[in-house]
Amino acid sequence: MTVQELPGAAAYRPTPPPAWKPLTDPAPLLPDPEPYRVLGTDAAAAADPELLLRLYAELVRGRRYNTQATALTKQGRLAVYPSSTGQEACEIAAALVLEERDWLFPSYRDTLAAVARGLDPVEALTLLRGDRHTGYDPREHRIAPLCTPLATQLPHAVGLAHAARLKGDDVVALAMVGDGGTSEGDFHEALNFAAVWKAPVVFLVQNNGFAISVPLAKQTAAPSLAHKAVGYGMPGRLVDGNDAAAVHQVLSEAVERARSGGGPTLVEAITYRMDAHTNADDATRYRGDSEVEAWRAHDPVQLMERELTGRGLLGDDAIEEAREAAERMAAGLRERMNADPVLDPMDLFAHVYAEQTTQLREQAARLRVELDAENEQHGTDDGGAGR
Amino acid sequence: MTTAAATAGERTAKARPATMAQALGRALRDSMAEDPSVHVLGEDVGTLGGVFRITDGLAKEFGEDRCTDTPLAEAGILGAAVGMAMYGLRPVVEMQFDAFAYPAFEQLISHVAKMRNRTGGAMPLPITVRVPYGGGIGGVEHHSDSSEAYYMATPGLHVVTPATVDDAYGLLRASIASDDPVVFLEPKRLYWSKADWSPQAPAAVEPIGRAVVRRSGRSATLITYGPSLPVCMEAAQAAVEEGWDLEVVDLRSLVPFDDETVAASVRRTGRAVVVHESSGFGGPGGEIAARITERCFHHLEAPVLRVAGFDIPYPPPMQERHHLPGVDRVLDAVARLQWEADH
Repeated sequence: MTVQELPGAAAYRPTPPPAWKPLTDPAPLLPDPEPYRVLGTDAAAAADPELLLRLYAELVRGRRYNTQATALTKQGRLAVYPSSTGQEACEIAAALVLEERDWLFPSYRDTLAAVARGLDPVEALTLLRGDRHTGYDPREHRIAPLCTPLATQLPHAVGLAHAARLKGDDVVALAMVGDGGTSEGDFHEALNFAAVWKAPVVFLVQNNGFAISVPLAKQTAAPSLAHKAVGYGMPGRLVDGNDAAAVHQVLSEAVERARSGGGPTLVEAITYRMDAHTNADDATRYRGDSEVEAWRAHDPVQLMERELTGRGLLGDDAIEEAREAAERMAAGLRERMNADPVLDPMDLFAHVYAEQTTQLREQAARLRVELDAENEQHGTDDGGAGR
Repeated sequence: MTTAAATAGERTAKARPATMAQALGRALRDSMAEDPSVHVLGEDVGTLGGVFRITDGLAKEFGEDRCTDTPLAEAGILGAAVGMAMYGLRPVVEMQFDAFAYPAFEQLISHVAKMRNRTGGAMPLPITVRVPYGGGIGGVEHHSDSSEAYYMATPGLHVVTPATVDDAYGLLRASIASDDPVVFLEPKRLYWSKADWSPQAPAAVEPIGRAVVRRSGRSATLITYGPSLPVCMEAAQAAVEEGWDLEVVDLRSLVPFDDETVAASVRRTGRAVVVHESSGFGGPGGEIAARITERCFHHLEAPVLRVAGFDIPYPPPMQERHHLPGVDRVLDAVARLQWEADH
């Protein structure tokens, strides 16, 4: 039945909802149809050669860091390592784009970003080694603890950036998340809060194709992850995640926009995880060799090396120098990771509350007795250290 | 930050809050006035003043940056509070209703409770999460849960619940001043209670973690907190006619737990009933009864009994009076404490 057929409805004229207008014009928020690239395009000529050379050196070092950490899992020195091999351009660009006063909010895969920001490689690995949850003071380095639950660190980035702005500090927070993490509720809530509060945050989605084994097509039906930005009222940007110069440029623009009060940006970097999810995963069960090989030809280190050598900015000596510097880093890491960490079991109770509760004091005393008994049995008195 | 005792002294010079709701609002206001890092955020806390009007006037007095209406998203609210605390603020989050806090559980458990521990003490999170909890106000489902057992089971959180107007003020001030995260459970059916049923209201605010004897007695101890305190006080009064002289202990803080005050009372009386309105199975009463048994076994004249809500999802409002432990159910339990006579 239509409105006109209703008895006495002749005088009724349907009207639109009162005073409706869109809150935001969606057009400027939409990502470009193709991921933005710099290397191998005309844009590369405009890029700062010094920046490109720096990115290259960091990429070489980052690749070596990934292979060394992976080797350490095989030697039993790391409990687990989620490699970012293939994703180094995102990791390096995320670290280099920030000022010292800014904050990085990494996920569990983003150890390399933390190291590239200046964190001691051994401190960055304590979570994955299993001796401490977080081996560094987050305030000192302005790097939040590596976050294992997916996307839950994104609202923290929003809250921190919001607090900084309330205090009058021009601090930007950059939060990293994977493609799988974009399905989590915290991703949605963080983006929504950031846009409503106009918080100075940049969200970097590293779309590496798989959430462990689940491919992107089973993760989302959106045109792209960058398109999700429109629904929150922030711009979405698509970038070639293996092109370090492009990721650096897109993130720079987003950071600048955030710092100048323009609000948050969602950046989707299209990349690929060359290794399995972690050393405990078997990637051959869910992806074929040809796909991996296609991405191997789009390697972030090689892309940069080809660009720089092609333009005469990088010679064999410089390449060798970068590799030697990376080897020195790897040797130092290997050596330090081969030393047994000295742990005090009494630390278990040290940082649960500001002041230990009676109950925790009692439990600590019980553990003390057990440790003393063990020491007596083994004829040692090392205070329980070294186990 | 001034001490809790000093602020309580300051407060006694001012007008006495009429209701618990007003005392809580006053505690927020005084905390914000004293410390510019205190920020209130949540759904409806600004213009409306909260659905229970606890935050009434704060946005007007301190501005929307300090008392902020957020998008409707509990995980986002608490997650943002984590980031704010990481940058040195002292956020006070309102969860509106007990069962609305569940979407924020991951933030609470994985981050709020653990950040100090994860960072080896480098990054404490001084966050207060206000949760109006419990039944008895005729709310429809998801508005009357008693979720304290979930919070108690999470190391790293303090769990505080006032039962008097004075404690509502003093404990909320202490919670906001605490460098540890506090889940502050507000018994919403006592929001409109006045101070008159609490004759022994403490003059000074105690630090978090101390229970208090609300009524001295020698024949048995009722151990309770929050919404069940008035029930226990009334039961103790009624039990006099039956010849029982009941002691009533108000826990005030579930974590940390005041074993000393509880054990001292039970050793004096030899009998104990734990009273709360959350479900009994897996509930706080089981933990409390076990702790009493471990410490006071040789002093006990009877098993420690529990009077709790039934092990059912919170019932619809027209049925809730059958679920909530009332005076008669407490008195029945007290009668069952005559263990020697029955066995």
